[in-house]
Amino acid sequence: MTSIAKPKIVHHGLKRNALGLTVRDYEGGMSTLCAGCGHDSITAAIVQAFFELDIPPHGVAKMSGIGCSSKTPAYFLSASHGFNSVHGRMPSIATGANAANRELFLLGVSGDGDSLSIGLGQFMHALRRNLDMLYIIENNGVYGLTKGQFSASADLGSKAKRGEVNKQPPIDPAQIALALGGTFVARSFSGDKDQLVPLIKAGVRHRGFALIDVLSPCVTFNDHEDSTKSYAHAREFNHRAIHADFVPQASPIKAAYDAGEVFPVELHDGSRVLLRKLAHDYNATNRGAAIEYLRARQRAGELVTGLLYIDESEPDLHGVNGTTTTPLNRVPFEALCPGPEALAALQKRFR
Amino acid sequence: MAEQQKGRVNDFVLKIANVNGTGSASANSLLMKTIFRMGIPVSGKNFFPSNIQGLPTWYEIRVSKDGYLARSGAVDIMVAMNAQTYTRDLQEVAPGGVLIYDSTWPRDRLLARRDIEIVGIPLARLCNEHFSNARTRVLMKNMAYVGALAALLDLDRAVIGELVQETFARKPALIESNVQAIDLGFEFARANFTCPLSQRVKAINKTAGHIMIDGNTAAALGCVYAGATVGAWYPITPSTSLMDAFKSFCERYRKDPQTGDKLFCIVQAEDELAAIGIVLGATWNGARAFTPTSGPGISLMGEFLGFAYFTELPAVVFDVQRVGPSTGMPTRTQQADILAAAFASHGDTKHVLLFPRDPRECFEFSVLAFDLADRLQTPIIVMSDLDIGMNDWMCPELTWDATYRPDRGKVLSAEQLDAAKSFHRYLDVDGDGIPNRTLPGVHPRGAYFLRGSGHNELGAYTEDSIEYQTVVDRLAKKWRTAATLVPEPEIRRTSKGAKWGIVAVGSCDAAIDEALDRLAEKGIYADYCRIRAFPFGKKVTRFLEQHDRIFVVEQNRDAQLKTLLLVETQYPVTRLTSVLHYGGLPMDCRCIVEALEQAAAPGVAA
Repeated sequence: MTSIAKPKIVHHGLKRNALGLTVRDYEGGMSTLCAGCGHDSITAAIVQAFFELDIPPHGVAKMSGIGCSSKTPAYFLSASHGFNSVHGRMPSIATGANAANRELFLLGVSGDGDSLSIGLGQFMHALRRNLDMLYIIENNGVYGLTKGQFSASADLGSKAKRGEVNKQPPIDPAQIALALGGTFVARSFSGDKDQLVPLIKAGVRHRGFALIDVLSPCVTFNDHEDSTKSYAHAREFNHRAIHADFVPQASPIKAAYDAGEVFPVELHDGSRVLLRKLAHDYNATNRGAAIEYLRARQRAGELVTGLLYIDESEPDLHGVNGTTTTPLNRVPFEALCPGPEALAALQKRFR
Repeated sequence: MAEQQKGRVNDFVLKIANVNGTGSASANSLLMKTIFRMGIPVSGKNFFPSNIQGLPTWYEIRVSKDGYLARSGAVDIMVAMNAQTYTRDLQEVAPGGVLIYDSTWPRDRLLARRDIEIVGIPLARLCNEHFSNARTRVLMKNMAYVGALAALLDLDRAVIGELVQETFARKPALIESNVQAIDLGFEFARANFTCPLSQRVKAINKTAGHIMIDGNTAAALGCVYAGATVGAWYPITPSTSLMDAFKSFCERYRKDPQTGDKLFCIVQAEDELAAIGIVLGATWNGARAFTPTSGPGISLMGEFLGFAYFTELPAVVFDVQRVGPSTGMPTRTQQADILAAAFASHGDTKHVLLFPRDPRECFEFSVLAFDLADRLQTPIIVMSDLDIGMNDWMCPELTWDATYRPDRGKVLSAEQLDAAKSFHRYLDVDGDGIPNRTLPGVHPRGAYFLRGSGHNELGAYTEDSIEYQTVVDRLAKKWRTAATLVPEPEIRRTSKGAKWGIVAVGSCDAAIDEALDRLAEKGIYADYCRIRAFPFGKKVTRFLEQHDRIFVVEQNRDAQLKTLLLVETQYPVTRLTSVLHYGGLPMDCRCIVEALEQAAAPGVAA
């Protein structure tokens, strides 16, 4: 989690959001990742999205595990709380944080090693709980910090920098999320900010577990010719199936789209996502069809991107539990402790 | 031989051998509670298999007018209901004792002992004749032996009737059959045998102000009273009933009367790694959170426990210890996680442990654990065990001070942060090794980056040797502060100025209590120091220094408590003698008495 403090220079006339903050207030320390790393583009997209959503930084918790991707929370939202957990276990920390404080906004950033190998179990169970958080996987198919081993998302036949060929099938987090009842499943590419920023905004406003799997090339270990997670490969095989535009609460829908082409989905806070089909046969509200579509394009060597599936109707962890709306960490002790009379009465059963 | 058993009023052991899954638990509990309500001190130990149905199970009830709660080591009356274990059950009966068996089927082998009384009651035949449903016939055999024992032991039938009413208050249809079965056994015993036996009960008044409760229930109640709102767990014997109890108490006390909204959140996690992670996520946000587990769970939680130690997050962990190593014997008891818990995780890590001796202390230490976890910003592990956690113990009623308010430690409020010039998470501002902390979302100035990687006292990432050492040295200072805050040992001195001392933790207490009396009768005196927490603190060190020889009594093979004493004190190893009991059954006083007797024998160097 190395980072270098960045001098905070606010240019006169820099745009301010509804909270009076500039985009600088949503930045973090200087990145210490390799120059050209896809993760830094995702960091920039997060900064832009949170700035534009007018979110107070100190109400956000940046959650991560271990790895290059998990370092990035140091590079954005410096005024937010950060929690750099142990490897692969961020989802359990996030679960506890949400259990205790349902008003804290949880932004998880993880990688393919952190979420698909050591932390696959926790990732799947957080999904299954429909934990209210935005969970971004910065997916590059390779272990960077330990210098170039394949990760579990490496594609079949993909070649490592040192020439080794991957012979195990990849784990696709989007397909896992769809299969496990995920309520917001998206995929993007770090080089496509126009697609990524609205997805982050929609993911923030979704109630429940919002997954964005972002292909984020590793310039040092996995950006060569025979890699399927390189910039060049991503650009060539990116199959944009469905675009999502985010419309904040109370903003009118611009009539730029013809009805029928655009499918609006209302989020729990009143904001909306406008789904626009880029592939005419794609349906983002049909789970089974989405899985089939992803599989078919995967066989063709393509990476399907966009807001792949959305369902706003499922309850999150607290909805299932029936928890009080006051965050549990703010419930006064007097309401929690039954007191001496109750204890005396209860003990009759132990005599 | 029967002479030995004469006059055994309110002083004997009754053991019931049964088959798991045949519904004997309610019958056994009924027996024990009847004796308890007759004012006679009693303890019940359940020896059950890791199985749902079919394997042997025993329930041992000790009736002790003197109030000894440990096992006695002998069995005076055996109710042999299990053909599989018949031979060994018969052998276990002390000379002059009684064997009660189901005489529906003749068993010649029973005649192999002439030094005990044999009481045959055709339990199956009585129930088969009286009841038509197959499952009822099986279940009611248990109630029939309760009836027979009521006659043989002179139990108060009015008390039994009252307990049956209470037990089946929610299923009144069952009351009639249970009462009938009890009557069947009672009438048969009275018609065919001299009742009561010489081992029998007589109402006294020694249980007033007491309850019968198991440690897991008491600990769960402590969690409710301490204000815990988040519970995370992965089911594991013998800790499961702790979360079951917490859930049922919360359903009763923690639901909004108007809306039904819950003022608690219990998460059944995918494993223990996640369970402790959930606890830490919750305490990071200022909720009181806990997880109950057992040895294998402690092993799995290791990485996060070290993380919590280093990042300074509160957590309350209940380790209801069972027999290890590995899966071990999940339904047997031990104190064999002491070292694993004290040093759980890699690197220079150590944890505060609390050692309750009985369910009452489970309740008290449960509340205390949350206060200490918040005050010290570190995990507190409550070292219970299967014997305390799952068996019913007679203990003084639980009491609650209405003025109690949780000690939330050094958590800065929005107002304090507003007024503060700066906030640095790991700075020792007060000189006690405990820094201030903030909760997410409270105030922009409170934001910091929590990380398990190297950090300096300001909370920033570091790989600098000096900065790193400043933080870990301050953690060592916090550890010394912890030693002043944890419960002091309970020290019991003889009036004889003993040169010997006994040191122990937790559930050894009941056996030591009895051993001290037995030894005193033989002219052997020892002082007793019951350690209640790790780090030990000055009083433990002083107790050691005051005695020429220390006997360390514990329930594991490797003398783990002794090891900790050697790590934390300067007491010479040559003066420490281990008394070890580790077979998995709750300990009785014999091994302690023998060890000290042997040491006191002429010719043995003290």
